[in-house]
Amino acid sequence: MTTTLSEAESKRLLAGYGLPVLDERTVATAAAAVVAADDMGYPCVLKLCGDAIAHKTERNLVRLSLGTSADVERSAQELLGQATTADGPVELLVAPMIRATREFIVGADRSGEFGPVVMIGVGGIFAEVLEDVVFRLLPADERELDAMLDDLDTQAMLGEFRGEPAVDRAQLLAVVQAVGNAMIDRHDIESIDINPVLIADGNAIAVDALVALV
Amino acid sequence: MTSDKQLTSDLQRLPLEPLFEPAGVVVAGASSHPGKFGFAVLHNIITCGYQGRIFATNRNGGTLLGIDCLTSVADVPAGQADLVYVCVPASAVADVLRDAASVGIRAAFIASSGFGEGNDEAGAAYGAELVVLAEELGMAIAGPNGQGLVSTPASLCAQFVGPFPPAGGVSIVSQSGNLASGAMNYAAASGVGVARAISAGNATCLGVDDYIGWLADDPATTAIVAYIEGVADARRFFETVKRATTHKPVVVVKGGTSDEGARAAASHTGSLATNDRIFDGMLRQAGVWRSPDIGAAFGAAAALAVHEPMRGPNVAFLTTAGGWGVLTADAMADSPVRLMDLPDDLMDSLDQVLPPRWSKGNPIDVAGGETRDTIPDALHLIAAHPSVDGVLMLGMGIQSNTAALMRRGQFSDFEDIDRICSFHERQDRRYAEAIVEASAAAGTPILAATELALSNPENPGPATLREHGHPCYTSPAEAVAAFSALYARGKHLRLP
Repeated sequence: MTTTLSEAESKRLLAGYGLPVLDERTVATAAAAVVAADDMGYPCVLKLCGDAIAHKTERNLVRLSLGTSADVERSAQELLGQATTADGPVELLVAPMIRATREFIVGADRSGEFGPVVMIGVGGIFAEVLEDVVFRLLPADERELDAMLDDLDTQAMLGEFRGEPAVDRAQLLAVVQAVGNAMIDRHDIESIDINPVLIADGNAIAVDALVALV
Repeated sequence: MTSDKQLTSDLQRLPLEPLFEPAGVVVAGASSHPGKFGFAVLHNIITCGYQGRIFATNRNGGTLLGIDCLTSVADVPAGQADLVYVCVPASAVADVLRDAASVGIRAAFIASSGFGEGNDEAGAAYGAELVVLAEELGMAIAGPNGQGLVSTPASLCAQFVGPFPPAGGVSIVSQSGNLASGAMNYAAASGVGVARAISAGNATCLGVDDYIGWLADDPATTAIVAYIEGVADARRFFETVKRATTHKPVVVVKGGTSDEGARAAASHTGSLATNDRIFDGMLRQAGVWRSPDIGAAFGAAAALAVHEPMRGPNVAFLTTAGGWGVLTADAMADSPVRLMDLPDDLMDSLDQVLPPRWSKGNPIDVAGGETRDTIPDALHLIAAHPSVDGVLMLGMGIQSNTAALMRRGQFSDFEDIDRICSFHERQDRRYAEAIVEASAAAGTPILAATELALSNPENPGPATLREHGHPCYTSPAEAVAAFSALYARGKHLRLP
């Protein structure tokens, strides 16, 4: 039976392996969410988190581009109101809003015949159409992981793009490495999904994370 | 290459010498009917010139193709044979293997079917018994349900089909018998010969990775081509091919890639982790060159078997005519290798040997102004330049093609026609020889491409390359793919 960790727990676990994440806070109440948002600045993002909540977007549990304390207060109340008893304990995750034009997906899985594998692919709304993804078996050394980026079909995604600098390869690889190292280290992890990895000013940031345990 | 010994022992490599270098061969179940496996294999072993001892068994004894048949494998003099090729029905195979072991035979190729490939219970039991016997008898068991094997260093054609390819460095492992034949047909056509070839059949005991692992250490093998549909132990396969590519280039064709089944339309790792995507990543990680079909695989393996890997992506073209160079440059734009800018010192040296109207850039187009030694001199100069990683020769064979028309026409006895035709033909031969010599001297791959290799294989250009065991590609795109494989190989070996 597979169980999942909440987004916040997933990120905490992977940050320990070097996953680049935002300065985020988890809070229990709408009031605490406002305090956290005031502190980190606007615009910000609010998400409802919990171990049993694996697919936030499908359930409309993410509020983007919140510009004021009032927006945060109202959104926080709404999100807490959307929690069901099946969700168990929930909390609010407050994060700065990142503007990015490029997205990648990074993941890992150990259920197939080759055992643990790590993946990177082009993310965003066309990800399902492009299906531009590359796998490696784990463990993989730095050179083997680096070659994954060369194997993506859509190489233009890595270069300079709409006035933004080229992707910092080392930083994007740090996401892949963190995921890979966690898979090697923690045999109780069944799969990891980092979707999306946003590219802001060339830098990779894991904006969502989901760790599933065996 | 440092961890080689350790990995070899870790993976418990089976010695396959008795399979590929047997001192004597027994055909168990030889037949007097030319339509049966048991006739064809004995015929092929004898006629292709196997020099070891040849035995055959037949329930009724008798003489077959000059061989006095024994009635049982147990009657083979002890120590006289290493390999038994088995054509008897599945139910009789176990006894044949036990008899074989009793006279010192250490390897078997089982052509017979009926070992569970049809999903029947009795067959599956025979298959399971083979695994037990391999262990119990310490025997290398290939097949069952396979075509056979070829080993040119031993002049051995132990298969019930053709062809028997010319000798060379490419070794072939196939989970499909007819694709093993397919690769060997390309070998026969190209002149780039084969060292070993085996059809793995059901791969009940010896799997594709066992053969690849052995071939990696085989001195007769310079490149390995494998056709794979599935592997029994995915991790073991990966470890084996990864080790193999530290020794030899490996080219893989994977079959069954379209059968991926239904997937959920969601972007998470589980749904994107199709077998083929993971297999593809695994091959890249292991340093394997993947080709879409057997023809392309053989084309890549031919270049890898004959030439040094490329140290970089820089390719220079030498051409005697324009359009080909343009299309090849287009094909190269979509590949990892590139049409290089010619360094100034190479331009200067080329000015000394090329006619004044040459293109002064890459493609190096001599614009039809060549004399006797222009092309050979230029090939040597270009290949020897340190910044050139590969050379493509286009336009070889044109002169002989002209000569062929003149020789066939009603004016063939016109004064001087024979002399001029002979000159044309000598020139194409000279170009091909220059390709062979200059690539060896400089350690730089020189590939030739001309459709004449297909339309007129006897043209002295492609024919001479074939005689020297060098590939001649039939299109620029094929040559570009071969360069890409040579460059990937260089990158994998971290050249320079």
